[in-house]
Amino acid sequence: MTKLIDIKGVTHAYKTASGPLPVLRDLNIAVPEGAFTAVVGPSGCGKSTLTRLIAGLMHPDRGEVWLDGERVKSPRRTVGMAFQNPVLLEWRTILQNVILPLEIVAPTMPKARRIARAEELLALVGLSGFEDKRPSELSGGMRQRASLCRAIVHRPDVLILDEPFGALDAFTREDLWQTMHALRAEEPFTSLLITHDLRESVFLADEVVVLSGRPATTQYVLDVDLPGPRELEVLYTPKAVDYLATLRRQIQIAQGRAPASQGAA
Amino acid sequence: MRRNLGRIAVPLIAVALFLAFWEWIVWVNGWPNYKMASPSDIVPAFWKFRGLFFEYGWQTLWRTVVGLLLAVVVGTFLGMIMGFSRLMRDALYPLLVGFNAIPKATVVPILALMFVGQHNLNTILIAFMISFFPIAVSVSIGLSTLEPEYRDILRSLGASQFTVFRKIALPKTLPEFFGALKVAVTLAFIGTNLMEIVSPHGRGLGALFDSGKISADYPLMFAVLLALAFLGIVLYYIVVVLEKIFAGWAERAPG
Ligand SMILES: Nc1ncnc2c1ncn2[C@@H]1O[C@H](COP(=O)(O)OP(=O)(O)O)[C@@H](O)[C@H]1O
Ligand SMILES: [Mg+2]
Repeated sequence: MTKLIDIKGVTHAYKTASGPLPVLRDLNIAVPEGAFTAVVGPSGCGKSTLTRLIAGLMHPDRGEVWLDGERVKSPRRTVGMAFQNPVLLEWRTILQNVILPLEIVAPTMPKARRIARAEELLALVGLSGFEDKRPSELSGGMRQRASLCRAIVHRPDVLILDEPFGALDAFTREDLWQTMHALRAEEPFTSLLITHDLRESVFLADEVVVLSGRPATTQYVLDVDLPGPRELEVLYTPKAVDYLATLRRQIQIAQGRAPASQGAA
Repeated sequence: MRRNLGRIAVPLIAVALFLAFWEWIVWVNGWPNYKMASPSDIVPAFWKFRGLFFEYGWQTLWRTVVGLLLAVVVGTFLGMIMGFSRLMRDALYPLLVGFNAIPKATVVPILALMFVGQHNLNTILIAFMISFFPIAVSVSIGLSTLEPEYRDILRSLGASQFTVFRKIALPKTLPEFFGALKVAVTLAFIGTNLMEIVSPHGRGLGALFDSGKISADYPLMFAVLLALAFLGIVLYYIVVVLEKIFAGWAERAPG
């Protein structure tokens, strides 16, 4: 399978008043087409920086980011993004919010087709009937659903998710995980999910990358071999519990709370 | 329907009560006209000078509106420059603050000398100078405090800075802009009147006020004040209506 997202030896530092702050160091991540990769790591280690580099919003000091066989030099229309903050536009209805990327990416697309596309996605995430509501009239979970629809409305090849479920309560979050699986079954994107919820990474991803503390580099890669379609119960199988224990240990190493030798044992 | 009736009737009743109280307090204290004119003296003053009130009221109004429009254009432009560029903000902010700190009454004679005889221009310029500052500040703050994710949802699709401004930054700043515009309306009136009162051979309501002072026509002076208040209310509510149309979404639903 081709590597749809290919991060090759990326090193990046921010220039701050107190000198350069190294954030990423020789980072390598490859995501095959159609796959779902989760990235976990200590807070502040450079995960959001990584998403901005992939999206072409910033350029790495060293190394290269490739999307679908092309080197990323500037933002591309084939990328969709969602963040912890749903950033819906308060002056637009939910439907108009979802349509927004189409106004940029497909300005000539007939209005009826845009609306049909947005309605189709909203139905898929369970928001039928809320098309004409304002964002402020929706719950946090519903807003995040709308935000996901907006991220994929233009059929991006690559979906970048930066802790999109991080601010939701546990039950809402689990609902959203299932929504994510439903979207994946219908839409052909390749995803990279940033999260600090290990259960989320195991439930959603085919592969989990653990980043080390800042400056972040790949510390550990876990292949998640769980059958699909996944139900929440899968998290309580011995295999999944094993995965979670492994990831927990790796995170502690990344945080500098456990010696690396213990992780290798 | 009844709610709408109430929304018109309540302020009208409040105004009527206020005028009645005014009449009463002047009457009870037996104040002479030069101390405090009462509404019953002011009405004849309006009638006597009704032609001038229309003519000068119109002059004051259009100069204020033109000054205000100028302030909106220049203020928004400055706000955009400062909102998008950290460098420009650092460079321009102290200048603007200093400029705003100068009492505009001191600028009036300077302007009057600079453009001798250009009464319209002078008046518009003062109205503009006194009112653009809040607009520039509100637009720049609105733009510079835009969360980066708001930009990123469009920039990650390759949208231009201008598209981000038009689709996101501008509409998101509108509530702050209208808040500032309400302040600017009042300030612009102050500016217009400063110039009208101070300029020799001035025109507009300020000049009418000045002539009332010279001829010791105290009811006329109070009548001018009322006329100014009336124009102020009209302009203010025009801004409120515009705000409802363009930034009504920012109003929280009741309840
Ligand atoms: N624009 C910036 N300028 C300087 N430092 C930054 C900037 N953005 C993030 N940082 C710093 O870089 C580090 C990594 O940030 P980030 O990628 O947001 O981490 P994460 O998403 O993993 O929490 C943090 O220490 C943060 O303070
Ligand atoms: Mg982050």
